[in-house]
Amino acid sequence: MAGPIEQFEIHPIVPIEIGGMDLSFTNSALWMVLATGAATVFLTVGARRRALVPGRMQLMAEMAYEFIANMIRDNVGDAGRRYFPYIFTLFMFILFGNLLGLIPGSFTYTSHIIVTGALAVTVIVAVTVIGIVKHGAHFFSLFVPSGVPLLMMPLMIPIEIISYLSRPVSLSIRLFANMMAGHTMIKVFAGFVVPLGAVTLGLGGLAPIAMNVALTGFELLVAFLQAYVFTVLTCLYLNDALHLH
Amino acid sequence: MRYSALTWILAVSMVPALFGAAPLFQGIGMGKDRKPPSLDQLRERLRVAREHQQADRQGKSQMSGSPAGMGGLGWALRIGVEMVSAIAVGVGIGLLIDWWLGTGPWFLVVFFLLGAGAAILNVYRAAMGYGLAVGYRKPGQNGNADSSAGGTTKGSGPAKRSGKRQGKR
Repeated sequence: MAGPIEQFEIHPIVPIEIGGMDLSFTNSALWMVLATGAATVFLTVGARRRALVPGRMQLMAEMAYEFIANMIRDNVGDAGRRYFPYIFTLFMFILFGNLLGLIPGSFTYTSHIIVTGALAVTVIVAVTVIGIVKHGAHFFSLFVPSGVPLLMMPLMIPIEIISYLSRPVSLSIRLFANMMAGHTMIKVFAGFVVPLGAVTLGLGGLAPIAMNVALTGFELLVAFLQAYVFTVLTCLYLNDALHLH
Repeated sequence: MRYSALTWILAVSMVPALFGAAPLFQGIGMGKDRKPPSLDQLRERLRVAREHQQADRQGKSQMSGSPAGMGGLGWALRIGVEMVSAIAVGVGIGLLIDWWLGTGPWFLVVFFLLGAGAAILNVYRAAMGYGLAVGYRKPGQNGNADSSAGGTTKGSGPAKRSGKRQGKR
């Protein structure tokens, strides 16, 4: 029987090695491609008819669009409008990764900290560069807390910088930990089904199955919520960089 | 603004809307075979929906501190992550400088303490609803943020709203 951790293993599907580096096309990469494809199909089909009274697909695509557009308008303001494509792509990539990962037998790439870490570091580097380009050296006033006596500054500024640097870490850990914990839990309960059923003539197996049904529903919520949290935090960081306070 | 809030809430309430609030959508897409509802009926339906929305929002703003939809466990996880990540960054920087300069454990000790300070600062900000802004002021509370926004006079409104909303997650 497969252990609860085995679902996170990465297997190369098409082994590629260039210059001593392992660049294989893995199951993780496969599901990233599938998620990107699914998101593209979802939005393309949704935008195909462009009816005044939207059908189901168009309604969902429009909801996704308006959800992110309003999130950016509420959290960043008009200045954030030009970053809509990136934030929308980020949201769709994480959301589809989370949702496709719930299909039994699939692979959840958002449960790997290297993936979420890469996403978070990209966000933080982009936000920092945007802030520096927009405000120049004034951007670094972000690290000088107001109302602190001058004597405390040598202590407070490093603390603020560490606090700033901890953003990508907490951003990536939050997404990865939620996804990994949820999927491990589902697998642990699924592992109880056969042993319990074998002991109690099949009846005992129903309890973990019921639990798994509930957990899968809960994981759907988590999948959406964590994509939302990641995106909304990106918006807040962007707001910090655009409007220094 | 009212319109944007409405659509936002609609988007968030997507899931319950699919199951529970089906009457809301009855007149929109599926009413091909029945006659369209009168304006009075629509107005009444809109009023009921708005009241629900208002009640929802009040209910949400009252449970300050805990993020919407996550409950106590999610809140605890968030605080834990904030704490661990700051300490991890501090220790990482300390180890890196020590490895670079070969200066015993001293930078590790210093940066561990600084990281712990940053961790407490993070937790304090998260718990007090200061959001994740670096710096002490509540985002949107001061005039500086708006003036530095340049030509975007509309930016002040969203910034203030975000300040309020940040407290919830």
